[in-house]
Amino acid sequence: MPEAALAEPRDLPVGPIGRHGIGWWGVGTLVASEAALFAYLLFAYFYTGAAAQPGWLLEPNPSLKLALPNTILLLASSGAAWFGERGVLRYRRSQALLGFGSAFVMGTVFVIVQWYEWHTKAFGLGTSSYASLYFVTTGFHIAHVIVGIAVLAAIFIWTAIDYFSPQRRLTVSAGVLYWHFVDIVWLFVFATYYLTPHLGFGK
Amino acid sequence: MRPADYRTPTIGIDSAEHVAKLMRLWQGAPGLKGFFSTVDHKEIGKRYIVTAFVFLALGGIEALIMRLQLAGPNLSLLTPEQYNELFSTHGMTMIFLYASPILSGFSNYLWPLLLGSRDMAFPRLNALGYWIYVASGIFLYAGFLTGNGPNDGWFNYVPYASRDYNPGLNEDFYSLGMVFLGISTTVGAANFIVTAFRTRAPGMSINRLPIMVWGTLTASAANLIVVPAVSLAFLMLWMDRQFGTHFFDPSGGGQPLLWQHLFWIFGHPWVYAIVLPAMGMVSDGLPVFCRRPLVGYSFVALSTVATMILGFGVWVHHMFATGLPGMGLSFFSGASIVITVPSAVAVFAWLATIWLGRPVITTAFLFFSSMILLFVIGGVSGFMTASVPVDWQLTDTYFVVAHLHYVLIGINLFPVVGAGYFWFPKMSGRMLDERLGRWNFWTMFLGFNLAFLPMHLTGLFGMPRRVYTYAEGMGWDTLNLITSIGSFVFAIGVLLFFINVAKSWKGGAIAGANPWDAPTLEWSVSSPPPPYNFAIIPTVASRHPLWEQRLDEGGAVSSLDRGMLLDSGKETIGTSALDAEPDMVLEMPGDSLAPLLLALGISILFVGLLLKIWPVTVLGGAVAALALLSWLWPRRELREREPARA
Repeated sequence: MPEAALAEPRDLPVGPIGRHGIGWWGVGTLVASEAALFAYLLFAYFYTGAAAQPGWLLEPNPSLKLALPNTILLLASSGAAWFGERGVLRYRRSQALLGFGSAFVMGTVFVIVQWYEWHTKAFGLGTSSYASLYFVTTGFHIAHVIVGIAVLAAIFIWTAIDYFSPQRRLTVSAGVLYWHFVDIVWLFVFATYYLTPHLGFGK
Repeated sequence: MRPADYRTPTIGIDSAEHVAKLMRLWQGAPGLKGFFSTVDHKEIGKRYIVTAFVFLALGGIEALIMRLQLAGPNLSLLTPEQYNELFSTHGMTMIFLYASPILSGFSNYLWPLLLGSRDMAFPRLNALGYWIYVASGIFLYAGFLTGNGPNDGWFNYVPYASRDYNPGLNEDFYSLGMVFLGISTTVGAANFIVTAFRTRAPGMSINRLPIMVWGTLTASAANLIVVPAVSLAFLMLWMDRQFGTHFFDPSGGGQPLLWQHLFWIFGHPWVYAIVLPAMGMVSDGLPVFCRRPLVGYSFVALSTVATMILGFGVWVHHMFATGLPGMGLSFFSGASIVITVPSAVAVFAWLATIWLGRPVITTAFLFFSSMILLFVIGGVSGFMTASVPVDWQLTDTYFVVAHLHYVLIGINLFPVVGAGYFWFPKMSGRMLDERLGRWNFWTMFLGFNLAFLPMHLTGLFGMPRRVYTYAEGMGWDTLNLITSIGSFVFAIGVLLFFINVAKSWKGGAIAGANPWDAPTLEWSVSSPPPPYNFAIIPTVASRHPLWEQRLDEGGAVSSLDRGMLLDSGKETIGTSALDAEPDMVLEMPGDSLAPLLLALGISILFVGLLLKIWPVTVLGGAVAALALLSWLWPRRELREREPARA
């Protein structure tokens, strides 16, 4: 009689411990799908731009005056969120709250600056294909930032009422991962709309 | 007191006491509340299947009405406008509301049973996927029933679909409905991916997965990446129509071809997504009736993945006639031709399985094996149109219609009905009637080929697709009449299947746990399975745990009667991605109304968008946000947070 291949595990984590849990995979799939969405948005830009007539770019040399500081601000907010997550890992609740709170504020300022920049544009959503692409792509990004700051707010509140520990904090890590994603994807949007014209694309 | 973070699962055997405990933990609430809040994958799977078959019937009736109109030249049963809406709604229904959800249904029902698990990785997400599917299906059909169905074909090219040429609400219903449905497909795909990688029975390493799991996993990975393309395209179309954007409008510097690219970047992988899981059904079901394991398991598994990877690079073969540069056409033509290689691997593996086996001719076997023939016919006509000059001759003719029906009916519906005969006993505890089954099969098979084989000729003789009628004497009259007759015969065949299901649900012969003497884990539990699926978590030592004794391949055998009990909560085992080593105890969520509420909120939001009544949109968004908040609120019983400290 052959032996039965019986799995007899030793101590196993019960529920998510740290990042180890299926929720982490769940957020991973969400990020993959969302990344694809942005890839298609940028594909639409490059596809349309590559075949366009000269003059397609409504701003041949986009100003970096607002966009660059805003980009740096958003990247810094990723750092703040990371700092907050470290706080949870080290039982330092005030550090965690500071990190999540400042990431929340920086994200909000980013949205306000973007909003303001939209209003400084000489063109509107329906002016041309370039304008439509610009507003819809940055609009998609703003929508993601708004979801991200809502997530940060929730994490802030849950941290404030002492929900998490270094063991039980998958929610925190997943939320922060999403925030990193929102920030990284902005770098692609920023490079596409603000930098490639300077390199000659679409001219 | 703070519960321990780590635990050594108790190993034991099944007992009455243990079962009673599991029953208390896993059984859903009775009545209406239970109906709306259940997260049991078996309930959700059955609902997917029933709903998808309802849409199959609707799409079928639409097709029959069209076939009446086309039965002879110059008929006037339908106006051109009605015909446009019918063929578009037929395509939308079959491709989006039947072909994919039916496979999600079977996979939802079967996966945890095939994998030796107690539920999907994200049970509440599973429920959400179903509710969104139903809601978006109702949304799309609300358009059709109010005379606002899609009317530019299922792939909906601009500028036909632009507002200037199509001012009604038709395209707005279709655009928003597709974005809406995309949510369901995406969350379903995410759930399948995580389930496949993280919730298998210990020992079920990646090279022991049933092929159907490979098929659905591959399709889900593709869907996760490509559904955003079509959702985006439809959103852009809606904005072009309603907000004056210029994505597809050349007068504003837009690109009409961008629509086609985005649509087919999604559309072609989607074609594989709606056949690969069905091919998996054949790969798993056919060997049972050949009384031997599948020949070339590894090759079939790898060819499944290879088909999908190549499938990402063939979308332009839908656009050969759009005037793209020759170099690009050559590349996509080459890729489309190469894709026959992995498809052929599967075909030869099935043939070899029949050849080397001792086939038992059941209705399920007939459906599975006939699929091989239909697949080859549909594959060869696809191979023909992969060649650019041939495609230029045949595109937009009935040849392409014949091809796509061989592919979709041949590789989706035939395996699905076969899977119905194969797995119905598991779902209901009853056998389908074999005698009626033979009538069912032969009516479907003969009707289908009568309808669609001559259609190749109709196309070769130059009849364009999507015309509501045609003139006499073009050489199309007899062929069309034959197709119309065949389509009705085929429909009667499908009806026989429904009759068989209705008749056997209560009155069929009792099935028992393993009526086909099949090798995989779902047949080791009772029919229908208990709410918790497996009283003890099985440990798997081969691809065919129930055939180990007779195959005698040496080595250890699977342990089905003894294993982890996991009964101190609603629990199942989480395993490592490749080797399926136990690596955590998963706390599973209980029944919840949050998925239904979220789907409701999203539905309200889409109605608001359609009618452009913004307060309604905001209300829907608020309901959805509240539902999400309650869903994601960290819960102690799921160990998502620490218990309150005193």
